[in-house]
Amino acid sequence: MNEAIKVPTMAEMMASGDSPDVLFWVGCSGSFDDRAKKITKAIAKILAKAKVKFAVLGTEEGCTGDPAKRAGNEFLYQMQAMMNIQVLDAYEIKKIVTGCPHCFNTIKNEYPDLGGNYEVVHHTQLIQSLIDEGRLTLQGGGEFKGKRITFHDPCYLGRANDEYEAPRSLLEKLDAELVEMKRCKSKGLCCGAGGAQMFKDAEPGNKEVNVERTEEALQEKPAVIATGCPFCNTMMTDGVKHFEKEGETQVFDVAELIAKAADL
Amino acid sequence: MGIGNIVFIIILLAASAAFGYQASKIRRNILLGKDLDRNDRKKDRWILMIKVALGQSKMVVRPVAGIMHIFIYAGFVIINIEVLEIVIDGIFGTHRAFAFLGGFYDFLIGSFEILAFLVLFSCVVFFTRRNAINIKRFHSKEMKGWPKSDANLILVVEVLLMFAFLSMNSTDYLLQQRGADHYIAAGAYPISSLMTPMFEWMSTDGLIIYERSAWWFHIVGILLFLNYLPISKHFHIILAFPNVFYSKLQPAGKFTNMDRVTDEVKLMMDPTADPFAAPPPTDSDAAPEKFGAKDVQDLTWKNLMDAYSCTECGRCTSNCPANNTGKLLSPRKIMMDTRDRLEEVGKNIDKHGPEYNDGKALLGDYISEEELWACTTCNACTDACPVNINPLEIIVDLRRYLVMEESKNPSELTGMFTNVENNGAPWAFPQADRLKWAEEF
Repeated sequence: MNEAIKVPTMAEMMASGDSPDVLFWVGCSGSFDDRAKKITKAIAKILAKAKVKFAVLGTEEGCTGDPAKRAGNEFLYQMQAMMNIQVLDAYEIKKIVTGCPHCFNTIKNEYPDLGGNYEVVHHTQLIQSLIDEGRLTLQGGGEFKGKRITFHDPCYLGRANDEYEAPRSLLEKLDAELVEMKRCKSKGLCCGAGGAQMFKDAEPGNKEVNVERTEEALQEKPAVIATGCPFCNTMMTDGVKHFEKEGETQVFDVAELIAKAADL
Repeated sequence: MGIGNIVFIIILLAASAAFGYQASKIRRNILLGKDLDRNDRKKDRWILMIKVALGQSKMVVRPVAGIMHIFIYAGFVIINIEVLEIVIDGIFGTHRAFAFLGGFYDFLIGSFEILAFLVLFSCVVFFTRRNAINIKRFHSKEMKGWPKSDANLILVVEVLLMFAFLSMNSTDYLLQQRGADHYIAAGAYPISSLMTPMFEWMSTDGLIIYERSAWWFHIVGILLFLNYLPISKHFHIILAFPNVFYSKLQPAGKFTNMDRVTDEVKLMMDPTADPFAAPPPTDSDAAPEKFGAKDVQDLTWKNLMDAYSCTECGRCTSNCPANNTGKLLSPRKIMMDTRDRLEEVGKNIDKHGPEYNDGKALLGDYISEEELWACTTCNACTDACPVNINPLEIIVDLRRYLVMEESKNPSELTGMFTNVENNGAPWAFPQADRLKWAEEF
């Protein structure tokens, strides 16, 4: 299946007097980064396949303010947050699915203090519920059947919001061999991108964090390093390149693995 | 009542008063922090305290240290019942005042002995681990000097106290067997009865002198140790409980909202606001509060309680991705710096009064910008801490001061801020391109 998928914007939906069941919050990475755009498309394909009535904000979406807030720029964060809340409230959004754990955390936990109250889920949580409800079915794991897959926990999904099981339960659906790294779940090591580190060089040290983490992942000899965050994806992809292991190990978002396995 | 009892009562009162005085200073220092309401969800807080502080649930994540720590902790809590008896004996000149409990007394003394032995054993292992085995987190930069001596001193004192307790029982046991005056036969001695070969050669008078000396050494040692706590990392044995009780209960990823910023941003976004309006009148002439934290008084009282609760175990630092990869940041050092600076501020207040400004600050004089900017806000430190200390809140509050008061941040971040402001994205892509991906199916 590869036909064009219609991605309606909120503006279009509103104009036709319709409203979505869920707003897909794409995020900046998912909108602009070429690698992350593939994750966005995988999520959109899954939503379409499961016949989820969704829409995006498109050009009306703006950075949640996460990197500004973590870097200490509360003014900028709140400006972004309030503008986004105005847009979301104007469209009477109730439920949001995000493609990024940073957007997920910020909208879910921090927007309520500024008056933005929504039901927010991470894309792995939504996909899990779609499978549980029978709206999305997988015929085995496709090309990932029996392959070794290790999951790198994004800090803002795992430790920050205690979600460790949704992505793992999706990987189990692939009939793959799920292998855990030495540090996983609540002990998982950061990829090095959070806290606005993504946008700056690291402080002087003896190693890059993403190299340390990728080294740990590669010890498990996985065919796939799975993540649930576009930043983690970038960091782990760079790490695999650093060790010149692109031939043996690929980095995918859980959504991409599910989309491939469902032949989307 | 003999002279010994009077001396004992004086020592007991003096030690208690001195401890009360020191504890009140710490309380005052903690309350220099800013207000924060942590009195909601009382039931959840009690459950958390029972699980994490009383139940040591986060200690056993590292089983070797965790289980031995539980020996020492249980020993500390339970042997205090014995201290109660010692205090009663000391005041009233009785000997083994609880002996009337009979079989239950045998059980109590027997358990104390076994615990005392486990404490002694664990302290010896911990001392060896700290000094003879190369465990990285005990040898980092911030652990040189006083923190190292502090840790070793605590272990040595605990070994001495436990040895005094056991040898006191051993000589008492021998005296009971010899039918010495005053030494009624009571208690069971599973450990100290094995130690009798060390003392059998002594005369009865010699045994009595040793038993009395050990009794005095043990109780005076405990009272001195009590007064050592407030100047030591060992104060955690007291603060661990309230510190866990007042933990942050929201998801770890939720950072505090700065309400003062909210007021200003709302004003900025309000089309009807009058930009030239006078600020609303305030009832105090205090200087406007700064954004973020520069010094310890700008942190919340909970951040400051965290600092006094830290026992420098280093689990935060050994889990920190920045520290693991050779960066300067160590969350443990953030907590130690906060306590050191707070102690300094407290001493300044004692000496020069509350208005005194020594021209120093936590930010800059203790914690450098390089440390702060290395943090990935991953929450590994807060997850690892056995008593729910939160170094991340301090790091972010110091960053807020740097960015919002001093516009001091790595230059790449200035670029990111500008992009977010102008394009609504941390990169310089036009907002109009946000939906390009949807055309690429």
